[in-house]
Amino acid sequence: MPTFVRTEKCDGCKGQDKTACMYICPHDLMKLDKDGSETGHAMKSYNQEPEQCWECYSCVKICPQNAIEARHYADVVPLGGSVQPLRGSDSIMWTIKFRNGTLKRFKFPIRTTPEGSIDCYGGKAEADLANIEKVGFFNHKEQNGFREGDPSELIRK
Amino acid sequence: MAGEFGNPEVVQEEVDILMIGGGMACCGAAYEIMPWAQKAKEEHGIDLKIKLVDKAAMDRSGAVAQGLSAINTYIGSEQDPADYARMVSNDLMGLTRDDLAYDLGRVVDESVHLFEEWGLPIWKTDENGERFDGSKGMTSLKDGGKPVRSGKWQIMINGESYKWIVAEAAKKSLGIDRIEERIFIVKLINDKNDPSRIAGAVGFSTRDHKIVVYKAKAILLAAGGCVNIFRPRSVGEGQGRAWYPVWNAGSTYSMAAEAGAELTMMENRFVPTRFKDGYGPVGAWFLLFKSKATNAFGEVYMDRNKEMLNDYPPYGQAAVPASCLRNHLMLKEMKEGRGPIWMDTVTALANLRETLSPREVKHLEAEAWEDFLDMCIGQCGIWVGENIEPEKKNSELMPTEPYLLGSHSGCCGIWTSGPTDVGAPTTEEHDEADKVPGHLPSGWNWGYRGMTTVSGLFTAGDGVGASGHKFSSGSHAEGRMAAKSMVKYCIDNQDFSPELDTDIDTLVDAIYQPVRTFLEFKDYSTAIDINPNYITPKMLQFRLQKIMDEYVAGCATYYNTNAEMLRVAGEKMDMLKEDAEKMRAKDLHELLRAWENYHRILTAEAHMKHIEFREESRYPGFYYRMDKNFVDEENWHCFVNSIYSKETQKWTCFKRAHVDIVDKAKLFK
Repeated sequence: MPTFVRTEKCDGCKGQDKTACMYICPHDLMKLDKDGSETGHAMKSYNQEPEQCWECYSCVKICPQNAIEARHYADVVPLGGSVQPLRGSDSIMWTIKFRNGTLKRFKFPIRTTPEGSIDCYGGKAEADLANIEKVGFFNHKEQNGFREGDPSELIRK
Repeated sequence: MAGEFGNPEVVQEEVDILMIGGGMACCGAAYEIMPWAQKAKEEHGIDLKIKLVDKAAMDRSGAVAQGLSAINTYIGSEQDPADYARMVSNDLMGLTRDDLAYDLGRVVDESVHLFEEWGLPIWKTDENGERFDGSKGMTSLKDGGKPVRSGKWQIMINGESYKWIVAEAAKKSLGIDRIEERIFIVKLINDKNDPSRIAGAVGFSTRDHKIVVYKAKAILLAAGGCVNIFRPRSVGEGQGRAWYPVWNAGSTYSMAAEAGAELTMMENRFVPTRFKDGYGPVGAWFLLFKSKATNAFGEVYMDRNKEMLNDYPPYGQAAVPASCLRNHLMLKEMKEGRGPIWMDTVTALANLRETLSPREVKHLEAEAWEDFLDMCIGQCGIWVGENIEPEKKNSELMPTEPYLLGSHSGCCGIWTSGPTDVGAPTTEEHDEADKVPGHLPSGWNWGYRGMTTVSGLFTAGDGVGASGHKFSSGSHAEGRMAAKSMVKYCIDNQDFSPELDTDIDTLVDAIYQPVRTFLEFKDYSTAIDINPNYITPKMLQFRLQKIMDEYVAGCATYYNTNAEMLRVAGEKMDMLKEDAEKMRAKDLHELLRAWENYHRILTAEAHMKHIEFREESRYPGFYYRMDKNFVDEENWHCFVNSIYSKETQKWTCFKRAHVDIVDKAKLFK
């Protein structure tokens, strides 16, 4: 199911320092056709290797113009369905259209904190070099997630 | 001076610690390393220079790029790390390192609780057992909140942005100036004065005409598992719809092997049974929705064929039989013509409706869809295209093409130094101990947790072999362990100054060879892809996949092979390796593919050599050596390890003793 770019919606991320879909694609598939020599559509992006698309939707979700959709892979899937997200800051909305026209909509939470708000080390102890070779992380037990284990389970100790 | 195609700029950089990869493992390392580096500076005056390079963008790189609907390794306060080590062992047919699994089981929840603090929504159950999504502000896991268990070790999450969140913490911790994205590392370099030591790495930018040469004292190599070495079941547009991420190219295994690191259990593979064609997850369907899988006639094959589990004692006799054996029972139905295999979603959802509250019934359908939408949207594509609503129509299951990995339900990878406080062996005691090459360490720990047998080279996640079932959370935790160790290594090796064993011009020539081949020969023929002077990376990959599929136990032979098939495959593989030197790259994108496929070839070859060496069929349902179609506990209850010589291009396989550190008998009581 490769993703494809809607010609009339893509603006090539003009005014930004890089194209969002090119920035995000984990497999280096999205490409900006600067002069139109590759697609006939200058300053628009396209999926340069559709048979390598994992359908991860990273480009679909990040596109500021909502210009990217997926056409489910034609060697396997009957035509006519679509699965399209709209990703916000705390939730994602999905519109799901079946080949037979049935429509479903779902909304799921994606994050409980504002984007960019993570305070990595605030309120956590500093590392202690005396423990660098011992089990546990710099914030050992701070998260209440250390599982001590019953020592009698270790049969060679 | 900016480079140009065929004439790249060469950028050299010297760092103390280089992290290769941007997935869960390196994100964990990025988070953990800074507090220790800070202390190294304060107490030892060592200002560590740290860098992370990722071939993609950290927000969406690695196996969690798409998101996940569950965290598959969460121990919880009610289970013991020893229980976890036992489960890992049995699922992988008894041959895992208990020290690695136990050690991970002790600390993995520390990472999971951080994910929740950072903003990952984790499902909870209230005092009545009713379940809620992770946005409802219920008590956190850290403070005793109860997760929704979809299995003994799994908890459900709203994980669409799982990687985005974990990457935010990693990027903030390291700082953007220590991170460079779209850098693909293709080779590690050993030290000129000590070939058993790592000294650096080379790669290139997939955006600019630039080759990067790093010198480093310590390197964390965590670049994922290996996908697409076997011909996939979908060969057109659908071939990208691999079960594991299609961009996992075996870079971890191949680069480690070329640097001289000892690999382990490369014969192991994972053949997941998944929803057909879309490869949607089955875990929640089996464990949360209590769905059954049947043959064409509605018979549950795990019941119908249960006697077959007795052929593989003790691994078939645990409460949860090993994953490969569950495949083994299903394959019998397929081979004997009782397919297709169905996931009976209709009955499962109807049954649940009878027992859940009205509010939960309303959410049930959404939960079923979210399971796919959070991690495998492609499966929803199949459902909408084929008009499948799971409460009305069942879906087919299918065993996939084989995958090589060390973090999911597989255990291939690199032989890695474990913890010193759990009773792991410190000597090598078995009949064939003299066949272990003399320069390699004895026992299961040699100084630094997470270090490979190459000094200064560390790994985590899919890289760590003979463990498995770490998944996303465990990979993160393992990256954190490696981070600590690398700081310690740098403190201990302050005076070491790495020197590359290969001169820079030679490295540049090797990396850009596919580009130069293209530029030299491109006008020889009128069709750019058909030219006797070169081979496209895509065709090379097809050739590799054909060899592996037809001779090395792919789907084409129902996962069967034998010594003679492996011998033939070896001949073809030798020629494929020769032709890999003639790969062309018409642009930077194709140069990326060329090197990915080079990594795939070496990884595939390791897999083949290990299967050839292990004269039994350790993983029935994943592969069968039909000339040795049995599990031989007497002779092969051991690790198969190997080293590769980049000079002779040959593999040397040998045995390492397996030792129990926790009592496995408890699995069968």
